[in-house]
Amino acid sequence: MDLSVLLSFAKIIAVIAYLYGLFWIMGLKVRPVTIAGKTLDLSLAINVAGVVVAFGIIQLALTDFGGFRILNEFDTGLLYQACTMTMVALGLNLIYGFNGQFSLGQWGFYGIGAYAAADVTYRWVNGDSSGLIVLGVGTILAGVIILLVGRSLSNLRRMPVLSSFTLYLLGALVSGYVAVLIGRWVSPLLNPLLGTNLEPGPLAQGFWLQIIYFLAVVFAGIFAAEISFLFGLPVLSLGSDYFGIATLGFTIVVYTLMVNSDTFLPFPEMRGGRGMIGIPKLTTWFWAFLFMMAVIVSMRNLIRSSYGRAMISVREDEVAARAMGIDVAGGKLLAFVIGSLFAGLGGGVYAHYIGFLSPGTFDFLIGFNPMIIVVFGGLGSMTGTITASFGWIFFLEGMLRDVLGRISPQAPSWRYVLYPLTLLLLMLIRPEGLMGKIEWGFLKIPVVPLRDTKQEGEVA
Amino acid sequence: MQSISRPQKMPVIVKPNSFLAWIGRGGLILLALLIAYILLRNLIEKPLFFVTNIINGLQLGFVYALIALGYTMVYGIVKLINFAHGDVFMVGAFTSFFAIDRFKLHEWPLRAFPTINPVLGIALGTITTILLSMVVCVLLAVTIERVAYKPLRDAPRIAALITAIGVSFFLEYFGLLDFVFSARFIPYPRPFEVTTWYIADGIHLTQPGEPIPENAIVISNILIIIVILTLGILLFLQYLVRRTKIGIAMRATSFDKPTARLMGINVDSVISFTFAIGAAFAGLGGVLYAIAYPSIKTLMGVYPGLKAFISAVLGGIGSIPGAFVGALIMGQAEALTASYISTPMRDAVAFTILIIVLLVRPTGIFGEPEKEKA
Amino acid sequence: MNTTAETRPVVLQIEGLTKYFGGLRAVYNFDLTLYDGDLVGLIGPNGAGKTTIFNQITGLYLPTSGSIKFNGIELVGFEPHEITRLGIARTFQNIRLFGNLTVLDNLRIALHSQAGYSLFDGILMTRKYRQREAEILERAQELLEIMGLTKVQNELARNLPYGEQRRVEIARALACSPRLLLLDEPAAGMNPKEITQLMDLIHFIRDKFKLTVLLIEHQMRLVMGICEQITVIDFGEIIARGTPKEIQNNPRVIEAYLGKGA
Repeated sequence: MDLSVLLSFAKIIAVIAYLYGLFWIMGLKVRPVTIAGKTLDLSLAINVAGVVVAFGIIQLALTDFGGFRILNEFDTGLLYQACTMTMVALGLNLIYGFNGQFSLGQWGFYGIGAYAAADVTYRWVNGDSSGLIVLGVGTILAGVIILLVGRSLSNLRRMPVLSSFTLYLLGALVSGYVAVLIGRWVSPLLNPLLGTNLEPGPLAQGFWLQIIYFLAVVFAGIFAAEISFLFGLPVLSLGSDYFGIATLGFTIVVYTLMVNSDTFLPFPEMRGGRGMIGIPKLTTWFWAFLFMMAVIVSMRNLIRSSYGRAMISVREDEVAARAMGIDVAGGKLLAFVIGSLFAGLGGGVYAHYIGFLSPGTFDFLIGFNPMIIVVFGGLGSMTGTITASFGWIFFLEGMLRDVLGRISPQAPSWRYVLYPLTLLLLMLIRPEGLMGKIEWGFLKIPVVPLRDTKQEGEVA
Repeated sequence: MQSISRPQKMPVIVKPNSFLAWIGRGGLILLALLIAYILLRNLIEKPLFFVTNIINGLQLGFVYALIALGYTMVYGIVKLINFAHGDVFMVGAFTSFFAIDRFKLHEWPLRAFPTINPVLGIALGTITTILLSMVVCVLLAVTIERVAYKPLRDAPRIAALITAIGVSFFLEYFGLLDFVFSARFIPYPRPFEVTTWYIADGIHLTQPGEPIPENAIVISNILIIIVILTLGILLFLQYLVRRTKIGIAMRATSFDKPTARLMGINVDSVISFTFAIGAAFAGLGGVLYAIAYPSIKTLMGVYPGLKAFISAVLGGIGSIPGAFVGALIMGQAEALTASYISTPMRDAVAFTILIIVLLVRPTGIFGEPEKEKA
Repeated sequence: MNTTAETRPVVLQIEGLTKYFGGLRAVYNFDLTLYDGDLVGLIGPNGAGKTTIFNQITGLYLPTSGSIKFNGIELVGFEPHEITRLGIARTFQNIRLFGNLTVLDNLRIALHSQAGYSLFDGILMTRKYRQREAEILERAQELLEIMGLTKVQNELARNLPYGEQRRVEIARALACSPRLLLLDEPAAGMNPKEITQLMDLIHFIRDKFKLTVLLIEHQMRLVMGICEQITVIDFGEIIARGTPKEIQNNPRVIEAYLGKGA
């Protein structure tokens, strides 16, 4: 065995250990201490400090100490890819693992998020603020209209899904049109502050650019979520297998649109099948970590809340869930929209790390990857999904490509033959995934202690 | 505890014929009118070109039908989307490619019996090639079924679905390796010359080098072969399923596996037989597709496979005539979209049609209405 | 029903309920009136349409015609989860617990409609969320204690013995805070001792939670033992109605159960 093989193996172990350490310290509960007569619960402080330290460790590893870095350029790339993959896969696990809807559309929403966010910042650094304004106004307006339409439809029953879909779609189209009008009107006022690509204005550099990046990613995520709402509304009523095929179709349609983004769609800067270049590389470890942790924490809280339990009940038994007062259709839609939001955020982060978007990245064959990751990690296990995402990227894209590349130049393509085989073996041996439903540390669902039994009204 | 939320307003029940219910239908009708307008205008402006498109769509549709039959039968019997079916189709095309290109299998009658009538010789040789492809596909599909799907028969359906995806990926990525099929487009050597006729004031045989008049309907012998073979297979399958013993066993198995087993049906061999027969037609489809569109590649099975599956769902999954009708619709939709709307959107149209049909009629065109649930 | 004037309020009033599946008539012209605190049985041979009636009351099926009024509210057209929120809870003939979840979670899911905090409260873990969650937990544990299930609260529901699964299902239905409880063959698969316990339990929860109970049952001992009124249906139509004693001696009932000539 080569030394560098051992080294890359050690890196995988280190990354996984890092994640487990992070979740451990985030879930750490300490006994309250009494200082100067006051009882303080330090758990939260320790958890937050742990996150900050964890952030710092990687930040240090990424810092250049006179030509030496613990994590080189290649590893950094893997790290960012793993973060985005975690977001996408967690979103899919919410849809599929927790809510039981077999979706192959996650990759499409990822692509939508990537292209939308990239377009905003690309235009921004090239002196055009219309991207941000149209996307921002459009998503907010569409969100408001969707909520309003939803409210006005709420006392209708047995409404054909096609009709409500048509109403929502009209609302979304109107808000998109209004957003374009507003963009046309407002952006010339802002554009002088942006300068040009070579001479950035005050709003197109430094702090302000970071803000724009943040807004672009968030709006792109919301945009993906709204598309998923419009798509999911009719399609979620189809039933599991058909839903899977329809979402696969969604990914294919998104891919087709990307390939024709400069001809069929009016976005010449996306350059269709040739790929979009010149996206500012704004993703730093700070942002990648921030977005990933936001996704992990909010998903964990969601799963623990009553809404999360309602989603899980839909997976377990739809009829029983309805009989227990759970709005099954609403729960499915909610999980689908939130899952797509995560994918959209992941896409935004990815686009600004890689700086180049090609439709080939969003091909539906690659779109099976998140599904496979979720299955590997275990349906309904967040820990498993996160581990599998990091393991997948570092092992398959990192180590295996490296190791096989040494054997012969053609060998790296063998890794795509290996992983379906692994998947088949896994399905035969351990169909519930590597982790099953086991959670770790902060993600662990606490066991509720037995109640102090008061001896009253006991029966049987 | 907060008290239970009680609806403040009485809900309004939307009657099937009320205005609100017509909003969605109205949208669909507008869409249909728009499509009808586009098609009619083109039909009136260039009727011959329109007919040519219809014929192209037919050719595509009949090939899809061959693949869709396998999908619909397998889904009907084990409720599994056999993602690998499109790759079996690809293997069929490649088998015939190697047989023709490397071993000149299609010329064996000419070599063995030099005095044979050349047309008969080529026909025999082609049939041999097709049979070889079908046999290879059957072996492949039965192996897949035995190795990958059978152990999971009692597992959750989703495990089988993931396995199907895994098998499909294995075949694709293995085929993509340079020493197997590689990722390139490979020109396909046809076993026989494709002869075309054009119809413009009378039927003419197209001579090599002769330009086809602009306003002419072109028909090729491969189209005729595809149509005749597919129709024959359709009739054969209907006969098989309705009249023969194995057909009854298949229907029984698809209806209720445990009971079928109790009735003395060997469920495993019935399922294998279903996979085999589907794969045989996929192999045939692969060869015909390659002859009709003579350029093959490893991922050639992905889109036809998906569209064939959509055809099967469209027609009502499990129904053999349904798969056929669905495939014809899919072929027309694809050909007409490519010509009159936008070439890249032809894949999108397939899925849009699927979603709309399922929303209006959840069990597909020929599907039986849903039964009472427990 | 009783000819004497009833002073208790009407909880459930079903009139002319009819359901066709395609050409098959599952329920025809079914009437039923339940007064507050009633404990009424619905019996009939297999396939007589009992569960279909339950499914229509709870909104899983839309009736072909007829009306179902609950506390004066017309239920036809409401979604199943809304009907549950209005105060009708049910159990299932073939137990439908959320098998991969703990007993406690099964109950907490039933309490979802009473959670009273928004999605954002949940994601941000606000004070309201913590408060409500504590209340939900308290309520769920209280119910488990009443049903004698405290010890198994962290077990997966599918790992419980059959009798306990039945109790969990009743507890879960009670967690919906119903006024009307529909029990679909609660005694199926139970031995005589368990049935006796179940009879006590049904009486107990009816009094404790001030419920009205409608139950479907095959076990004659249970029905005859606890129901005040019994309605018998066959082929979707009412063939008899009365007190247990009247039903036992009704020739049409005997015929329906044992066949002609018995």
